[in-house]
Amino acid sequence: MGDRFEPRIAVLCCNWCTYAGADLAGTSRMKYAPNVRLVRVMCSGRVDPAFVLRAFQDGADGVLIAGCHPGDCHYINGNHKTMRRFPVLQRMLRQWGIEEGRIRLEWISASEGDVFVRVVNEMTEAVRALGPLDWRTRAAMVVPETTHSPAE
Amino acid sequence: MAEGKLQLAMYWAASCGGCDVAVLDVNEKILDIAAAADIRLWPIAMDFKYHDVEGWQDGEIDVCLFNGAVRNSEQAYLARLLRRKSRVMVAFGACASFGGIPGLANLHDRESIFQAVYGYTASTHNPEGTRPQTRLEVPEGTLTLPDFFDDVFALHQVVPVEYFVPGCPPTPKTIMTAIEAIVTGNLPPPGSVVGASTQSVCEECQREKSEKPVVAEYHRPQEVRVDPKRCLLEQGLTCMGSATRGGCGALCPAVNMPCRGCYGPMPRSLDMGADALAAMTTILEAADEETARNKTGRLADPLGTFYRFTLPVSMLRRAPKGPAVHS
Repeated sequence: MGDRFEPRIAVLCCNWCTYAGADLAGTSRMKYAPNVRLVRVMCSGRVDPAFVLRAFQDGADGVLIAGCHPGDCHYINGNHKTMRRFPVLQRMLRQWGIEEGRIRLEWISASEGDVFVRVVNEMTEAVRALGPLDWRTRAAMVVPETTHSPAE
Repeated sequence: MAEGKLQLAMYWAASCGGCDVAVLDVNEKILDIAAAADIRLWPIAMDFKYHDVEGWQDGEIDVCLFNGAVRNSEQAYLARLLRRKSRVMVAFGACASFGGIPGLANLHDRESIFQAVYGYTASTHNPEGTRPQTRLEVPEGTLTLPDFFDDVFALHQVVPVEYFVPGCPPTPKTIMTAIEAIVTGNLPPPGSVVGASTQSVCEECQREKSEKPVVAEYHRPQEVRVDPKRCLLEQGLTCMGSATRGGCGALCPAVNMPCRGCYGPMPRSLDMGADALAAMTTILEAADEETARNKTGRLADPLGTFYRFTLPVSMLRRAPKGPAVHS
């Protein structure tokens, strides 16, 4: 390990499918990168784009949104709403200077513990390759002191 | 101080002058303002010197209406100076309140802006690569220019602000409501937005809206014949109304132009751009990922559309400085 950059990845996962899939990975003693911080939401459709922005603002290097496969949503079509927002969110983040690889949308069911492991490992390596986002430092705004009167 | 009259100052920073013109737009009511107030500073209309302002006592001004964002040393100096001289500081208009259109420059920094403006735009002719200098010695003396900042700031990011009057520009009704509140002392707690609504533009918009809106395709206003009765968003136009504070009377949608969001975010909004993104894309007619990607590709500039007036006060506030990482 040593000096290797360890990214911090926020995972916003739905209660009914992906969180259960992550649980399956755990109870099955599968190993995956310890770089993820899971946040359980009731539905991937509950993921306000502001949650993703807040994660980046607060120091996340990547954000993974994960929910039920289309057609399997516990609330019929909540994940479809996420599906429609995602391409615009990803493109908008690129305009902010946040690379596409730092955000990912995946459908992971309750029986797909192995998929959860693969996605988390893949994303960890992809974000590791991109390096730290370090938003607070790189996008800091400080008002310069100005004591000099323009009237002089 | 004059006999009990309201001591009023108005100043412009990084702005277009529209806010100052908007004050005149109240028409004959300007006489009521003049009757109630001594206008002590108003650079667009009368001649004043900064020396005069520096000579005032602290707190001598009752109300300062400050329009424009802050992006250079002169503007920051005046913001701090007027803050000291004024008992009540009002961020007047979208630029002072949220950064406004100039705030979009937070996607760049000073170097990349100078490269464009003094370098490669089609209308730039600058073979010697001259850049503005903050000081120049000439035989007659020293010439100075303000120092240009990397960042564009909303006024409250530079000095404490009591009230916000949104709009690009604020409508005459918003201005009169705000000024009457100030003159009568009938003011909400500091930090409030005055002269505007607490509900969205949609609440004031007279267009017909369906219970479950669906957008078939996105369009630009010039590409379609707009149905004058139906909700613009449902017709596929990028209307910011649902994410925007009302109070303007929904003037733009009334004339078939989608709301651009100049009254800023709704009360308790986390991030106006996120609100607009969610509102506009969630209701798209797309049952699979490929359709969603193809159809949303028609939204040419999501960031510029959703944060047109509020980039410096958004969650992310600015892009990282230095060369752009994206394409």
